[in-house]
Parts: sequence; C-alpha cells; structure tokens
Amino acid sequence: MTTVDLTQLEEGKSGRVVLISGGHGLIRRLESLGIRVGKNVTKVSSQLMRGPVTLRIDGFQVAVGFGMAKKILVETKR
Amino acid sequence: MRKILLIGNPNVGKSVIFSRLTGVNVIASNYPGTTVEYTRGQMKLRDEEVEIIDVPGTYDLDPTSPAEEVAVQMAREGDVIIDVVDATNLERNLNLTLQLLKDGKPVVIALNLWDETRHIGISIDVDRLQNILGVPVIPTCAITGEGIKELVSELPQAKANSFHYDQEKRWEKVGEIVSQVQKITHRHHTFLERLEDLSIKPATALPLALVSLVVIFSAIRFIGEGLIGVVFEPAFERLWAPLMMQLSKLLGAGFLHDVLIGRLVEGQIDFVESLGLLTTGLFVPIAAVLPYVLAFYLVLSLLEDSGYLPRLAVLVDSVMHRLGLHGLAIIPMMLGLGCNVPGAMATRVLQTRRERFLAATLMAIAVPCAAQTAMVVGLVGRHGATGLGLVFGTLLVVWLTLGFLLNRFTKGESPEIFVEIPPYRMPYWGALLKKLSMRVKGFIRGAVPFVLLGVLITNILYSLGIIQFIGRLAAPIITGVLGLPEDAVGALIIGFLRKDVAVGMLLPLGLDLRQMVVASVVLTMYFPCVAAFAVLVRELGVKDMMKSAAIMISSALIVGGLLNLIL
Repeated sequence: MTTVDLTQLEEGKSGRVVLISGGHGLIRRLESLGIRVGKNVTKVSSQLMRGPVTLRIDGFQVAVGFGMAKKILVETKR
Repeated sequence: MRKILLIGNPNVGKSVIFSRLTGVNVIASNYPGTTVEYTRGQMKLRDEEVEIIDVPGTYDLDPTSPAEEVAVQMAREGDVIIDVVDATNLERNLNLTLQLLKDGKPVVIALNLWDETRHIGISIDVDRLQNILGVPVIPTCAITGEGIKELVSELPQAKANSFHYDQEKRWEKVGEIVSQVQKITHRHHTFLERLEDLSIKPATALPLALVSLVVIFSAIRFIGEGLIGVVFEPAFERLWAPLMMQLSKLLGAGFLHDVLIGRLVEGQIDFVESLGLLTTGLFVPIAAVLPYVLAFYLVLSLLEDSGYLPRLAVLVDSVMHRLGLHGLAIIPMMLGLGCNVPGAMATRVLQTRRERFLAATLMAIAVPCAAQTAMVVGLVGRHGATGLGLVFGTLLVVWLTLGFLLNRFTKGESPEIFVEIPPYRMPYWGALLKKLSMRVKGFIRGAVPFVLLGVLITNILYSLGIIQFIGRLAAPIITGVLGLPEDAVGALIIGFLRKDVAVGMLLPLGLDLRQMVVASVVLTMYFPCVAAFAVLVRELGVKDMMKSAAIMISSALIVGGLLNLIL
C-alpha cells in the first residue's frame, strides 16, 4: 500500500481516497460531487502543463483542477 | 398560485421536463450549467392553475456560483418540489434529495434518464426507494416524454414528507439507501465510452480537438455559403429585386424613395450598398446573416447536446489559467461567437466576480458575434483569405494578450476548474431542431427590428449631415490614428446598434484591404452592441462595466492604430 496524491497517481490506476487536505469549504465542494474519504476513484487522464485531472467515480467523470488534485490523497495497491 | 419547482443536480434534464410540463421552450443541452437563470411557466393540475419554475442545477444547498445561488434561494420559496434525479448517478443525486427532504416540503422525485440505466447495467428498485424515502418516485425519460403523465398525476396530492435522518451522517444514509435499492451488473464498453477516453487523454484528445475545430468551421462555412448562394441571394435577386424596382419607379426620386429603397447603384438596386429599409434593411439580416446564424447554431447545438463542450473545457484549462480563467470559461466564449448576449449570461457558471469580469470583458472585446462575422466574411472575404486571416488572427492575438495583461493587473486569484464531465449522448433530433428553431426565431425577432432601425437612423443622420459633421470632429482619431476615411465614423455610430449593419456600411466607402481589416477589428472591439451592453451592465454592475468599457475603447484604438502602422 502506498499513498500518493491524485496528480501522482498513474493514468488508468485506481485508489481509495484517504485524506483531503483542505478546509471545510473544499471538502464540502468535493463531497457534493461524490469525492470523499473512503471512495474509490480511477484516474482517467491528466493534461499537459499542470492541467486538470479527470477521475471516474462510480459511473461518472469529474475534472478536478491540478491544485485541488494535489490535495486529494489516495491509497493504492502496488 | 402554488409554485412547483424543478430542482436537481446540473445536467439531469430539468429543462426538458419543464418544456414537457409547460409547453414553454427553454434551451437544454448536455453540459452542467446550461440554465443560469430560472424560467417560469404555467400548467393546469386538475382545476388548479399552478406555476412551474425551472431552476438552475445545484449539487448542494450550499451554493458556490451565482447560478447555484438562484437555485438555493428558489428552493425556499416553492410549495412543491419536483426533485429531478439522474438515475445513472443515484448516490450523488440522493445527497441533494436528502437535503431537500430535510426542509419537510412536499417532494415528488422524477427518476430521470431512466432509459440509460438499462443500457449501462444499473437496476433500481423503485418501489423500495419510494418506501424508504416516503415520497413518490416516478421513473421518467424526459426527452421522449415517458413517465411525464405519471409525474403530473402525483403532483396534486403531494404532501409534506416525514423522512428523518441525522444530518451529520447524511452520506452514510445515502450509501445505505443506494446499497438497498441499486444493483450494478457488469457489461462491455460501448463505442461512445471509448470515444470518451480518446477525447480526454491528451495524446489523442488534442489532435481530435484540432480536427473537430476544422470540421466545425468548414461545416459552418459550407452550410452558410451554400444557403446564401443557392437559396437566399437568388431569392432576393430574382424575386425581390424586380418588385423593388417597380416600387422604385412608382415612388420616383424623393425622401420616401431614399428611405425605403435607398440609393440606386448604376440604375440598379444593390442590396448591400443601397441602404434602404426594404432593400438593405431586409437583405442584411435575412440573406447575409441568417444563413450563418442558422449554420452556427446547428453546429453549436450538436456540440452542446453531444457532451463535447466540458471536455473541450478540460483541454483548454491550462491556457485559460494564463488568462485568469479556467477551462469552463470557454463556454461563454463559444456562445458569444453566436451572440454576445447569451455569452455574457453564461459567465454566471463562473464562481468569482473577478472571473466573470475577465470573461465578460474578453468576450465583449475579442469575440465577434455570428451576425458580425457573417458580414466580415462577406465583405473582407472578397479580397481573399488573407484579409479574413488578418481580422480573425488579430482578434485571437488580442484575446490572448489582453487576457494575459488583465490577469496580471486585476487584483485577486481565480479558482480552479471543478466540473462534471457528462457521458456522450447521441443528440436527439427532435430536441435539437426545437432548440435551433428557438434560437433562429430569437435572432429574427431581435435582429430584424434593430437592423431596420439602424438603417433608418443611418439614412436620417446622413441626410441631415450629422455623420459628416461628427466625421470631421473625429477626424484626428478616425483618419489620423486608424487611417480610415472620415465617413467611417458612421459605421462606428451604427455599430452600437447593430454590428452587421455597421460592417455593411463600410462597403460603399471603397476601402482598401488594410482599411477593411482595421475597420473590422475596431468595430468588433470598441464597444458591444446595445443588446449586449444592456446585459453586461446587468451582469457586471455599472462600475465594472465602466471599467470594462474603458478597456474596450482604449484597446480598440491601440490595436487599430498598430494595425494601421504595420499593414
């Protein structure tokens, strides 16, 4: 088990969210789109030049800005 | 009158249900944030007349953008709430549902996109969900109308709900409900899902985006030019022109002739140059501009309904950050290419005042609307592709440079993109054509009267010698800085009313290519037309609009002056 942030997670790999290192506002915003501690997320893609990270959660996809993605830590199996 | 509100997450089909219930057409698309303002309509429930309100989507009753603020405010006012739930994303949608139930108001749930759950292997036990929540749950497919009747029949007896849960443990409750009612079966990836992956991974997405842009613009040109060349110009030349020549003879020379028919060029009517109400006044909006507006909105509607726009937003996000915006700001820009009015409205999907100021200012300055573009293509295009390249190339450079500078010198930070990417959907032709006809009707209703007014005012100003007078006053700027003839000031005056008429007014001036390019660019940049101006004042407030206007006028002079020096 290793813990990385979403910008470090490899494309196509999944992980379980273990920590969102942000204030109450950020946590609530991420939560409202289904990103919260305990959820499994799959990284679909990342863009060049510190662009947004696209995630798949359950059946849908969300694009998260690079800075926000850095604050979302996931635990993955090696 | 009782108020029934349609509330739900963004992009779940509230606007389609609204149109079904009320017969009032509103624009619906496949991206979150299409509806930024509420729309009211009425319907009859048994013997009672009720008001139905289409509310912008929200994920949460804790708003993060002006569009969401509207939703949350409205939620408090409703008598009955139709909670529109995306059946393919039950968990995330139930989060809002539980918050709505907390208020104790009567709620009826429309489990929309029901048909899609079958395709993607989700099955939901509707009866069980209904029992748990204690409110009616109706599966619907708004786009085909399935389930709408059942939904309506539940409305009259909707009662206050009595669902209770611990607010602190809302997500746990949601999870519990989902695990009880939903089953997911495995299935193979579809073609559209493969396309989704290809259009979001940079290695394939960037080439795909370039190809799409080329296809989009070629399609617009092909359809627009085709309609003009095959349908509209022949109709005006062969049918309308002989009629007008008859009228011209009948009227004889005089004031009425000048106003209605305008000047004859070599004894004939010239639909662009004559400047009469019945000649140029009808030809410009209908034959020169409408075909391009039609072509543009057809292609834009396809893009909107397919679900490509949010993906484009993700791709351009890094570039947009240099302009102090994030990727989603591409949506107001795209809408602005049709008309700056909906473009300005669409800035409401952005969260902060700073972003909205930057996006609205950039759009008003550097994004020409379809009406103006059509006229520029018609006039500058006569000198070949170089002129067009210069006009639109300059505007693109201005957009990037000005955005970069504004970002530098405007206080504050801009937040990051955070947006749901909807699945690709095959556009539904019935809905698409309805949307197209709404937009085209809107154009005709809005444009034709203003073009006629523009032509009328031009005639009056010319015949009273006012344009010539202002031209001499403004000569140092018009001639000195921009290198245009004094008469070009007429176009700048009328440009405030309608930019397409203004571009048309350049033709009789006998400008060379350099002057054409300068005039087209300056006309785009210097000020929005009156309709866009009114909306911008409302969206930005008077103070920010004044700031924005100062930026517009000064950057138009600087860029026009530079072009005049360089070319």
